[in-house]
Amino acid sequence: MSSDEERPGGGPADPDGGAPGTGTETATAPAKRSGPRAAVPGDAKRTRTGIVIDALTTANTFTVTVLAIVLALAVGAVVIALSDQAVLDSMKYFFARPGDTFAAAGHAIGTAYAALFTGSIVDPETLNEAWWGMTSWSSVLSPISETLTYAAPLIGTGLAVALAFRAGMFNIGAQGQAMMGAIGAGLVGFMVPWPPVIGVIAALLGGLVGGGLWGLLAGWLKAKFGAHEVITTIMLNYIAAPSFVTWLVTQHGVQQPGRNDPISKAVEPNAQLPHLFGSGLRANLAIILVVGAALVVSWLLRRSTLGFEFRAVGSNPNAARTAGISLNRTYLLVMLFAGVLAGLGGASIVLGNTPNAITPSVVGSIGFDGITVALLGRGRPVGTVLAGLLFGALQAGAGQMQVTSQVPIEVSTIIQSLIVIFVAAPALVRAIFRLRAQRVGALGQNLAKGWNG
Amino acid sequence: MKATATARWLLRKETVLRRVRGVRLVTVLAVGGLSLAVAAGCGKPPAKNASGGSGGGQYKACMVTDTGGIDDHSFNASAWQGMQDAKAADSSVVVQNTQSSSEQDYEPNLTKFVQAKCDLIVGVGGLMADAVTKVAKANPKQQFAIIDANVALSNVYSMQFNTAQPAFQAGYLAAGMSKTGKVATYGGLKIPPVTIYEDGFAEGVAYYNQQKHKSVKLLGWDEKSQKGVFANSFTDQNKGQSITKTFLSQGADIVLPVAGGTAQGTASTTAASNGKQSTIFVDFDGCVSASTYCKTFLTSVTKGIAGSVKDAVVAGQKGKPLTGSYIGDLKNKGVGLAPYHDWDSKVPGALKTEVTQIGADIESGKITVKSTAQPK
Repeated sequence: MSSDEERPGGGPADPDGGAPGTGTETATAPAKRSGPRAAVPGDAKRTRTGIVIDALTTANTFTVTVLAIVLALAVGAVVIALSDQAVLDSMKYFFARPGDTFAAAGHAIGTAYAALFTGSIVDPETLNEAWWGMTSWSSVLSPISETLTYAAPLIGTGLAVALAFRAGMFNIGAQGQAMMGAIGAGLVGFMVPWPPVIGVIAALLGGLVGGGLWGLLAGWLKAKFGAHEVITTIMLNYIAAPSFVTWLVTQHGVQQPGRNDPISKAVEPNAQLPHLFGSGLRANLAIILVVGAALVVSWLLRRSTLGFEFRAVGSNPNAARTAGISLNRTYLLVMLFAGVLAGLGGASIVLGNTPNAITPSVVGSIGFDGITVALLGRGRPVGTVLAGLLFGALQAGAGQMQVTSQVPIEVSTIIQSLIVIFVAAPALVRAIFRLRAQRVGALGQNLAKGWNG
Repeated sequence: MKATATARWLLRKETVLRRVRGVRLVTVLAVGGLSLAVAAGCGKPPAKNASGGSGGGQYKACMVTDTGGIDDHSFNASAWQGMQDAKAADSSVVVQNTQSSSEQDYEPNLTKFVQAKCDLIVGVGGLMADAVTKVAKANPKQQFAIIDANVALSNVYSMQFNTAQPAFQAGYLAAGMSKTGKVATYGGLKIPPVTIYEDGFAEGVAYYNQQKHKSVKLLGWDEKSQKGVFANSFTDQNKGQSITKTFLSQGADIVLPVAGGTAQGTASTTAASNGKQSTIFVDFDGCVSASTYCKTFLTSVTKGIAGSVKDAVVAGQKGKPLTGSYIGDLKNKGVGLAPYHDWDSKVPGALKTEVTQIGADIESGKITVKSTAQPK
């Protein structure tokens, strides 16, 4: 709060033009935002505190997102309590001694969410032990390293979906594009005995090309034949995995020697992404690459003519065409870029950690999770990075929840899904917390377009 | 002096800022109090029990599932059954599992169990081999075990199963029991734990034809080209039904589905034929795990994951070293044919004897099963 006085009149921090109510702003030319923090005279009358309280009690993007997370965690707590054996046991005599049930529920929820935190951010106990030299500092970084490792591919595929959202397209194909990216990166990574540095770059490029081509195919089908991208990308997902990849990794020359199961040769060590905190921790260069990619996408959308065209097509394709923007070119380029981003996500898995090889399920469900990440990030690059980090943390923490308090891993999935459901239904969150409605109906405006684009 | 200056500066401000000063005071108090509390709570913790294991005479066995999850009605479920059997057999055994939702989870899940000081960590599934190798190398004092893969490290106990052997017997039995001269098989996915059954089954049929100069046909799998019919699912019962109906319309009367839960679709289809058609179940004894369809199960090809895991856990608890490789085969009863149950009266005695004899011949090496999917 004290920092309020230090920034007189400064507008609310607005990293991506994505602050509350800027839905209308996207229609203006991107070059307008000039100079560092021009003072807004109208704000001077209201106190800073007043603005903050105002912002927190209005149903804007930020408030709704935070409250959606709170609500999801609350529902998750109920699920955790109901899946706990001690709670169920004490429920049998609930009316005789209700305190037992509540104590058991409190214990179950407390240990579970504590594990969610210690598994994804930092474990205070380890921190203290490291301070006293009883354990290594790398074990303190272990949870955050896990979060970053899980987040990186999600941010890649999230950006792939988000970019398409902004151009009015619903890219369900991040899964297939990530798979093709993993295949491209893997093939380049083990086919050639690479020298250091060059190997990583070459393998990454292989991943970008693989994903990009798969995305471009959907864009081409839309531009050339008018095939809806929702249909084509779903079908391309099926073709990429399990069909194509299972065939590919069982071919002679691709399959790992001495193995009967579908797994390719391992990527050359020189083509693997360097680890950030030493080889003991899994976090690697991928997280830096995807954050860089997010900045590039952000610049593309806000500052470049091309990005302006993308957004124009996303807002109103007919108007954009009348204004002389080629729809076909936009479809092709958007899907190409989306494919490249998803390919980066897929490549980062194969080049990042074990098994460092292509398998039919190596990318997990990052493509579909990417859709939820993009939805939570409101289709904006910075939002997508934050959403990816949150979901990465939830996945990393879910593992710890399983180990320390035997909470089934599905609870984490439920929480992730609920967050997105609440975010998609801002009116519900508004009603629950009695927030004031926002004047400009900006929430999810662009996202809803994807279906009929 | 600095404090008075601040105070004077504050007094100059109007009423609005009084609230700010209040906030500041609270903040100062809070920060101060917190740092005091932190300082008091951050003393050196007492040293933990440094030795591995959970201590207190307990033996903690921990299992990491593959992406199929704990309720997959296949090897994850069997392995977990084995863990629970071990717990039932010895009260000092504590068991725990964690599920992997993607292949990315294998390594962190294994590592978390190392940190949780498990005495034995069991990884389920061949695809976990790389992760187990890496984590086992990084923790040479930690005991591991893996199912359906061979990891050649001294602290890893590898458990594999040669189900081609009993599947060979099942193929011979099916060929002998078929009235139409056609039998069929299909898989869930074309992966070695599946195709090994189909290979063995195909060889059993071929052996029957060779011995009896018959020409019983096998639909759905060709061992030489390694091509066949696959449901691409281990859960979709409708898919199992439609594949089975196709086989039956082509004249097959005995079907071997190697497809987890999809196999229930086959069982329900052959069960409707009033004993003219039958199913051979795999992994478990079908009359136990899918007992509603018991009357249609000619027999089952069993894979003794549960028993082997139980033995491993119990041996580990007794302090025996777990190392090297275990291959479950007919000889050590790691795999086998289940009883005929409801079909016991319908299978001719001579055929029963031959099937048993084939088992003995495989054990003695008189018959060699050629499937390339067999564990080495």
